[in-house]
Amino acid sequence: MEKNYILKLEDITKTYTIGHIQIPVLKKISLAIEKGMHISLMGPSGSGKTTLLNILGCLDKPTTGRYFIDGKEVSSLSDDELSEIRSKKIGFIFQSYNLIPHLTVIENIGLPLFYQGIDEKVITQKAIEMAEMVGLGDRLKHKPTELSGGQQQRVAIARALINNPAFILADEPTGNLDTKTGKEIMELLKKLNEEQGTTLFIVTHDSNIASYGKATVRILDGEIVSG
Amino acid sequence: MTVHISHIIRIVKAGWKNIYLHKLRSLLTALGIIFGVASVIAMLAIGEGASYEAREKIKELGSNNIIVRSVKPPTTPGTQQTVMLPVYGLTPEDLRKIETIPSVDMVIPTWEDKRDVWYLEKSVTARIVGTYPEYPLLMNLQVTKGRFFNSADSQMIKPYAVIGSSIKNQLFPLEEAVGKSIRIGSNYFTVIGVAREKAIVSGVGFEAEDINFDIYIPLTTQRIYYGEYTVGERTGVGLRGIERSWVKYHRFIVKVLDMQQIVTTAAIIEDILKANHKEQDYEILVPLQLLKQAEHTARIFNIVLGSIAAISLIVGGIGIMNIMLATVTERTREIGIRRALGAKRRDIIKQFLTEAVILSSIGGFIGVLLGVIIPKVVTKLAAMTTIITSWSILIAFSISVAVGITFGIYPARKAAYLDPIQALRYE
Repeated sequence: MEKNYILKLEDITKTYTIGHIQIPVLKKISLAIEKGMHISLMGPSGSGKTTLLNILGCLDKPTTGRYFIDGKEVSSLSDDELSEIRSKKIGFIFQSYNLIPHLTVIENIGLPLFYQGIDEKVITQKAIEMAEMVGLGDRLKHKPTELSGGQQQRVAIARALINNPAFILADEPTGNLDTKTGKEIMELLKKLNEEQGTTLFIVTHDSNIASYGKATVRILDGEIVSG
Repeated sequence: MTVHISHIIRIVKAGWKNIYLHKLRSLLTALGIIFGVASVIAMLAIGEGASYEAREKIKELGSNNIIVRSVKPPTTPGTQQTVMLPVYGLTPEDLRKIETIPSVDMVIPTWEDKRDVWYLEKSVTARIVGTYPEYPLLMNLQVTKGRFFNSADSQMIKPYAVIGSSIKNQLFPLEEAVGKSIRIGSNYFTVIGVAREKAIVSGVGFEAEDINFDIYIPLTTQRIYYGEYTVGERTGVGLRGIERSWVKYHRFIVKVLDMQQIVTTAAIIEDILKANHKEQDYEILVPLQLLKQAEHTARIFNIVLGSIAAISLIVGGIGIMNIMLATVTERTREIGIRRALGAKRRDIIKQFLTEAVILSSIGGFIGVLLGVIIPKVVTKLAAMTTIITSWSILIAFSISVAVGITFGIYPARKAAYLDPIQALRYE
């Protein structure tokens, strides 16, 4: 490997078997992303982009092919090892925020560190730093339901950043937000990418959102059509 | 894997938070365990108390003794109807013959009747027991004030009485009883002693009797003053009023030399009485055998009671499983989020198992409190002896925790093996 890729896919395929019928969802996908990139992944529904995202997020395993994160092959790891990768290397941002409703802002932000066995005080301190960074320093004890959609997504961004991940996977991060708030969120992500070098991988069907990225990968019928 | 205390505390805290979030639901869920644990402890306490009572009662009869009692033979319709003065029971001949059995140390006869006893204007109904001076020795009766009558008193037919503690309390609540004169029927007796209070015992094989209402007088005196008739109230329907019967002796207390010979001696007595009596107007009690029987019965009683209570604990466990399954479904999305953020399967198992165990432990704890209170209330209301043993508390509480683990493990595993992708999409 001549270049230091943060994320590298080699001939990834994913095939679902329903009864006797085999449905190929991803067909030999190869992709390499350098550290600090901001990639937009676009594609119509049914194109396989969600499946690709699940594989990138280590929530699903490819049928064949190899997948490296930070130079380490992860395509054949056990469930426990994948959990650890998710906890240490990946930050997730979802369309519907996916905050835990009965936890406070701090607790939600600190959740990824909870499973690394880190001391509670350290987690709390780090979570407060993150909350301040995304502009929620005055909402620490609030529950998600007491926040606006934009604020909830900021909590999710803080949560995705707290474990200092190798890259962030964002699945339609502005899908539930109005245009203005969506723009604010994208500005925040862009700022993080530019100032802190956070690698971003954003799935969207909105070309405005995609235009924030430095590169766009298009997927159609399980194949990358341009990248 | 190193287990940090702080990590465990954090998991327990998080679990408690979730339980606290649904206070009513959690309480209702724990209720099954609460009642289960409480009933295990209460049932065992009541069972233990009952067997204690039986044992005490039997011990009172003296485990080295054989008791022979006169009993009224069953009246066969037509034959006994016209007899106004039924004659039955143990005779002087029985006494003499039993005394000659080599393994018998001593035989003490008693004659008993219920009479009203008076002191000044106060009166109380007492059981008059005419007996030998050796009676306290065999029946383990202790005299706290004064003394029991001796053989000289007996020979001289003294009108002396030793009264039970309840008689003392009712007739002489504030004053000294010894030396006072009491009236039994139409005869006056001098109180020479007060017997120590004994626990009221009712139990297996005996009618409940309160020996604190006994008055002991020399048998010789009794014979002169009252003869051999007993006067009792008629219990059945039919002839109204009083019923008289003619009984020579009501009880023999037979002391056997060696405990090993109790059973054979009882058999010999049975043979003697069978030969002398046409009717079954006697009854032989062997306290030692009764003791063994009572202990056996108590054990079975305890097992049955305990098992019934344990079933309610299992029902409580099913309640926990039910609510945990509902919780898992309700929190599917949360599980998906936690998994995506790096929770391993065993983290999820720990989380849900901890909640189940906290629920059942809280139930167990409240159940222990309730289980300690219930027997006390039973004792107060029903005058039953109850004994709470520490092992019953320990067992009941451990079972409740075990129930939490057993019935929590399935929902927890179900949660852990959810597909994170599906769980994240769950609405």
